[in-house]
Amino acid sequence: MNDITREITEFLSAALRSEVGPDDDYFALGLADSLFALELVTFVESRFSLTVEVEDLDLESFRTANRITRFVQRKTGSPEFTENR
Amino acid sequence: MNRAPGTGSPAVAEAARFASEVRGRAAAWDREGGLPAGVLKEAAAAGLLGAGIPERFGGQGVTPAELGEICAHLGGVCSALRGLVTVQGMVAAALHRWGTGEQRARWLPALAGGELTAGFAATEEAAGSALSAVRTRIEDAGDGEHVTVTGHKKWITFGQVAQVLLVLGQDKGKPAAVVVEADREGVSREPVGGQLGMRAAQIAHIGLDAVRVPRTNLVAPSGLGLSHVAGTALDHGRFTVAWGCVGMAEACVEDATAHAAARTQGGEALAGHQSVRALLAKAAVETAGARELARRAAEFRSGGAPGSVTETIVAKYAAAAAAASASSTAVQVLGSAGCEPDSRAGRHFRDAKVMEIIEGAQQVAELHIAEQLMRRHAGRGPAPASPAAEVRA
Repeated sequence: MNDITREITEFLSAALRSEVGPDDDYFALGLADSLFALELVTFVESRFSLTVEVEDLDLESFRTANRITRFVQRKTGSPEFTENR
Repeated sequence: MNRAPGTGSPAVAEAARFASEVRGRAAAWDREGGLPAGVLKEAAAAGLLGAGIPERFGGQGVTPAELGEICAHLGGVCSALRGLVTVQGMVAAALHRWGTGEQRARWLPALAGGELTAGFAATEEAAGSALSAVRTRIEDAGDGEHVTVTGHKKWITFGQVAQVLLVLGQDKGKPAAVVVEADREGVSREPVGGQLGMRAAQIAHIGLDAVRVPRTNLVAPSGLGLSHVAGTALDHGRFTVAWGCVGMAEACVEDATAHAAARTQGGEALAGHQSVRALLAKAAVETAGARELARRAAEFRSGGAPGSVTETIVAKYAAAAAAASASSTAVQVLGSAGCEPDSRAGRHFRDAKVMEIIEGAQQVAELHIAEQLMRRHAGRGPAPASPAAEVRA
């Protein structure tokens, strides 16, 4: 598990009060409520200094810790995406 | 209690001036059940409707702390006026956060300048606190370019006059959000009057009968209409409601104290009685506490901190309770003067009760706040087996 995935699984496990693995679909497991979705977006944005735009919004990219990791890598790997708020 | 520092910004000063100018008119608005059209124009001219919208979209781009102070000034005078700023801000926040570039450019400048008045059409007969139960249907119109929106929305603040509605519905069973211009065919409004509070907020029930809107009015992908779009609007709403309640509570403490000092009965000022002083002290401390929690929420929000959603819920919970308590105290201390028609304390009392219900009832806030406690102190494991296990933990 890389550092990004580790941080995300840690956040998810703490927030959802349940051990969440890198490939666990926590929405499908019924662990997340509607307020949690915004908290997760805010966490990812503030922790990895990026902005989640509507074009990025796709339940699939946020469904598991590994998918969020790939999303973060894609966003932070492209300089034009990092400071566009 | 003194207002916090940082109130010297021009936008806050303008809101203070506006609030003090309309102070004497708020009772009539309440009695007559609406804000005159001229007041909406004046509020727009004062920049209040676009206070929180970024400058590049024609707003004032104020900080959360400044927006809070603006709402406190307005809330101290008229909750319906503060509600106007709240609703406009909720819809603008959702569109700014989750609208496309084209949607932002199309609606935000008009919302900022007040050329368009917004309504947030989420609640229905069977969907209040539980918004996931909305039944409004957003369906493909068959031409690939439009959707139709069908449903019945209830208790829409400024629904009598709103020109654009951010509507929460279901698209094939997934929560979805869509902007519906109110002049489209199939939109009907049923004005609500004489309700407990927020009487000047021009509330309406809104019918949507197969209203045809372009697909480009859909905000965010289906499935995210509640958690993201409505969630952002409600988070913004809770923040401005919290500060409006702070202003309302402060106004009530001031009115009650002034009355207690001036009014004599049997040769003694009311303020000479310990029991009256106790009421004032309790209200003042609850109010000051609410202000600090609202200030804390503003700090979290300006830093984009992950806890901002929860801190905002905490602030709204405390501030609504403080407004309800301080307004009850004010009516009690004012006695018959608090009960008479057009009484400011009486109006705040009625409005404050509504604040304990809208944007998440107090009991719903408690559930969330307690859940946060569980995260911190209850450890983790597999999902709890039974409610009893949660209580023990």
